[in-house]
Amino acid sequence: MSSASHSSAAPTADSTRLSFIVGLVLLGFLGLIPILSVAFEDPFLLTLFTRIVIMAIAAVSLNLILGYGGMVSFGHAAYIGVGGYTVGILAFHGVHAAWIQWPLAVLISGIVAALIGLLSLRTKGIFFIMITLALSQLVYYLGNGAFAYGGDDGLNIMKRSDFGGLLNLDNRPTFYYLCWVILLATVFFVHRTVNSRFGMVLQGAKSNDRRMATIGFPVHRYQLTAFVLAGMICGLAGVLTATFTGFISPAMMHWSRSGDLIVMVVLGGMGSLFGPVFGTVAFLLLEEVLSSWTEYWKIVFGPLLVLVVLFARGGIDGAMVRGQAGTLLAGCAAFFLLYGIHTAYEDEWLIPTLILVAACALVWVAKWAVDRKKAASHD
Amino acid sequence: MTEVLKVSNLVKRFGGLTATDNLSLDLRQGEIHAVIGPNGAGKTTMIGQLIGELRPDAGTIHFMGQDITAMPVHQRSASGIARSFQITSIFQNFTALDNVALAVQAHDGHSFRFWAAARKDKSLREPALQALEQVGLAHRADITASALSHGEHRQLEIAMALATKPKLLLLDEPMAGMGPEDSARMVRMLQGIKGSVTILLIEHDMDAVFALADRITVLVYGHAIATGLPDEIRRNAQVRQAYLGDEAAAE
Ligand SMILES: Nc1ncnc2c1ncn2[C@@H]1O[C@H](COP(=O)(O)OP(=O)(O)O)[C@@H](O)[C@H]1O
Ligand SMILES: [Mg+2]
Repeated sequence: MSSASHSSAAPTADSTRLSFIVGLVLLGFLGLIPILSVAFEDPFLLTLFTRIVIMAIAAVSLNLILGYGGMVSFGHAAYIGVGGYTVGILAFHGVHAAWIQWPLAVLISGIVAALIGLLSLRTKGIFFIMITLALSQLVYYLGNGAFAYGGDDGLNIMKRSDFGGLLNLDNRPTFYYLCWVILLATVFFVHRTVNSRFGMVLQGAKSNDRRMATIGFPVHRYQLTAFVLAGMICGLAGVLTATFTGFISPAMMHWSRSGDLIVMVVLGGMGSLFGPVFGTVAFLLLEEVLSSWTEYWKIVFGPLLVLVVLFARGGIDGAMVRGQAGTLLAGCAAFFLLYGIHTAYEDEWLIPTLILVAACALVWVAKWAVDRKKAASHD
Repeated sequence: MTEVLKVSNLVKRFGGLTATDNLSLDLRQGEIHAVIGPNGAGKTTMIGQLIGELRPDAGTIHFMGQDITAMPVHQRSASGIARSFQITSIFQNFTALDNVALAVQAHDGHSFRFWAAARKDKSLREPALQALEQVGLAHRADITASALSHGEHRQLEIAMALATKPKLLLLDEPMAGMGPEDSARMVRMLQGIKGSVTILLIEHDMDAVFALADRITVLVYGHAIATGLPDEIRRNAQVRQAYLGDEAAAE
């Protein structure tokens, strides 16, 4: 997986700056959503993007360990659940003060991450993936079995977290901006961390952990620390999710949610600062469009992802860093094409799916032909 | 003379195979001590035990008078033992300078520092650049490691080891796979640092060994059959038969 996140040639400073600027512009644009939502009289826009911003926080936290640390955790959604359940359970027992709920949720997420990390970080590769998956499923079944808190039906949160007179979370734009500020803070924190001494150790261990030990690093404790930090940030995303939906259920930590988070990071670009934000925006917008055609939308989404892996190694960010304007334009064009077909065929999904699959096949054949021609001209 | 390293009656078995067979060896302050021996003699296995990646089945290892037989890898490194790998083992996505700076960082306190930018840290970059200069790689400091040549990788390996200011440097076939030009440069480089650090050198290139070594130990089937000055080793009949003779016959 690590080879996919890095191009063979060293990226130039200019192209890296491009992805940096696009990332900042995107974050700035996200800050305008409440205004746009009012301007277009479209409250759903705010709902959709609140979800996007919250998931982006979770994806950025996963990127810290997956992208920079090379730890393929297949259980990251567990912390969304732990954070959400902490808030939900406290609210259920009449504790609404945010200054109790939120720090406690983050703390407990960190403790759960420490336990999972201690058990899983001794292993590598596929075993690490399986163990993180298994342990997060354990957390999932705990939620399922918590009958006092609704079992698998989940639990409604009657009253949102209370920030005193400071913030009113019932006000949707206020809540959105709170999420947005937390996303900005998270991105900035990850930026500082991965470029710090700690970050160097983390990235070195991803690349070559045996060598890290020989030059004198007790690698394991650095990896565990990163694992816990990521869990805590993701726990905060869980707090926001529960507050946003006013509802907690085991579904929020189902293994497929962990898979979605990995896809968001890979789609956007592992080990890049803004990659997971790009990936989350792209993933959830696509989900929005595709899932309105059919509940089997992932059948369409799968091939799309394969295309991304084939055409834009390193995800959206990787394409930007290598200056593959064509790939990016094609990606955007594909999305708008999709959106166009979607609006044209309101209730019908078979035809647009066929069109999409045909388009993908066509592009694939074209790429194959071009590659063959290139290879031939090299001989 | 002070002994930097003292290996006593070291034994390492892999199943039925005794890869290190009652091996004793000592290294004196500042010397280059070469260990030669045919492939499979147990040279890399010996290094593995010195660095702490392999646990010996018997025997002791003393470093600067301290028993380090049970000490974990990262602590041995912290106390001043550095190694270069026989197979190049660097951080491919980092630049040459990043690689060396990471080695410096490993010996500059703990790394639970989350805020200040490590690439702007002079206390890491300057010693790293110095080490690159020592091995003649300073002009390639900003090149991504994966883009460096094989010879440059070997140089970078040694720069990383040197950057930790080790007391003992373990070099496992540093000239392996190098052309004559790169080999000659490596020999000059090692001559340059000779005396400032004690070096255990494993090398197949006999010209390099005889040009560099103060003493030579010959390893056969995990056992040291002879230790002595280069001239003594050259004259030793048992050695000629067991090892050097093979080489001469092959030429
Ligand atoms: N991990 C291992 N497990 C089993 N046998 C090993 C292992 N490492 C090395 N050996 C065996 O030990 C012997 C010495 O190997 P090695 O130390 O690599 O020799 P050298 O470096 O001198 O060529 C060889 O016969 C090798 O096959
Ligand atoms: Mg060897």
